[in-house]
Amino acid sequence: MCLGVPGKVLTVDGSVATVDFFGVRRDVRLDIVDEPVEPGDYVMNHVGFAIRRIPPAEVKETLALYEQLLAAISSEDLLAADIRGEIAATREKK
Amino acid sequence: MNDAGRNAMQFRDPARAAQMASLLERLVGEIGREPVSVMHVCGSHEQAIARFGLRAIFPRALEVIMGPGCPVCVTDMPEVDEAVALAEDGIRIATYGDMLRVPGTARSLADAQAAGAKVDVVYSVTQAQQLAAKLDEELVFFASGFETTAVATAAVLLGSPPPNFSILSAHKYIPPVMEIVAEMPHTRVEGFLAAGHAATITGCAIFERFVERHRIPVVVAGFEPLDILAGLAKLLELVRDRRPEVANMYPRCVTREGNRRAQEVLWKVFRPVGGRWRGIAHVPNGNLRLRDEFARFDARRRFKIDVSRLWDYAPPSLAHSCICGDIMAGIASPSSCSLFGKQCEPDNPVGACMVSTEGTCRIWHQYGGQLDLRDKDERA
Ligand code: SF4
Repeated sequence: MCLGVPGKVLTVDGSVATVDFFGVRRDVRLDIVDEPVEPGDYVMNHVGFAIRRIPPAEVKETLALYEQLLAAISSEDLLAADIRGEIAATREKK
Repeated sequence: MNDAGRNAMQFRDPARAAQMASLLERLVGEIGREPVSVMHVCGSHEQAIARFGLRAIFPRALEVIMGPGCPVCVTDMPEVDEAVALAEDGIRIATYGDMLRVPGTARSLADAQAAGAKVDVVYSVTQAQQLAAKLDEELVFFASGFETTAVATAAVLLGSPPPNFSILSAHKYIPPVMEIVAEMPHTRVEGFLAAGHAATITGCAIFERFVERHRIPVVVAGFEPLDILAGLAKLLELVRDRRPEVANMYPRCVTREGNRRAQEVLWKVFRPVGGRWRGIAHVPNGNLRLRDEFARFDARRRFKIDVSRLWDYAPPSLAHSCICGDIMAGIASPSSCSLFGKQCEPDNPVGACMVSTEGTCRIWHQYGGQLDLRDKDERA
């Protein structure tokens, strides 16, 4: 689980953000993110917490690996499973 | 069994991958001895290396070893015993899925669960905390993971977790174990590849002291196949030039200082103490434990945990042949374990390295670590 998962911030409500992860909407906590985030920003997340605001210039490059892995058909794929685990680690939208 | 070759060449930019491969070849040639061994300490790196079949394009003389980069695998038996003892005493335990089947001295949490103990699988500490809030009984979160994951545990404790919630910390701290590996008498490790996203939080400055003391280069790298190849090329360059330095090959995520806010949260709640890592050694400052200010959330202080009764049982005999520790220390590979893929498989794991999705044995079993061309040559 070193991998983390990137997602796009949709809304921010205090220390919680609603984030879109490749089509799945979930809540993540903002307690430990390195910079203030706003809707439209991309953040890297680990076990339910945003850990970094991804600078806009780096978003495309960062998403590429994940898109490729999540497209993996095999449900057995360990990397894809870890990414799904990271998404599951965030909170269900209330 | 595995069809690892299927994925071997799914590079986004095959031409660049080929270029990188010949660059690696050239660098190893310039170093002029073999094998040249480097170590990474991250399950995700191993997954990516195996998943994309990178070993097939590494130079023959380059050994890329996975070190103790799987937090579940290095959770020591007595730590598992503590969780099992609590569960058997009727306390509800929540933990990450991989922790369930990690063997303790006598039993795993899955064994305890099968015998009726209350054990819940969660994906995160926040989910464990939410679960506790819904219950009117004690809930202990058995927390594993390196510093990156410990930050989340710390953040939850700094919020206001419910009074019935506590932590049994098996969190581990990576930099000290790199020193242990570097100091092992038979170590062949000439450089370390450090995990990009962990360094997002800790910053790459965290490795400077290590480099100074051990004169071994450390390169921070990402997880894209090309990121890994570029990280390895940088590492070989530093080895060739005898330049023990920290290099950041993942600047799109990692800075020198890292995420200060997260570091503050981590060290406010945890302090490093010495402890055993399974199969490896006693690692000074390698374990993260709760500071006194958080004693009320520390399961070790809240409950009297009696593990001695678990030690009356002899461990299952197969476990004696498990060489996870040697694998994580970089002196053996899964293919040298006589149980690998036979008595020891993901559905029926003997050692922790086959349990966790970040364990070397599990990853090799999944993707076929045999893809390593050196192994093929040896067999031929
Ligand atoms: S294959 Fe199983 S028994 Fe052998 S080292 Fe790996 S985990 Fe241990």
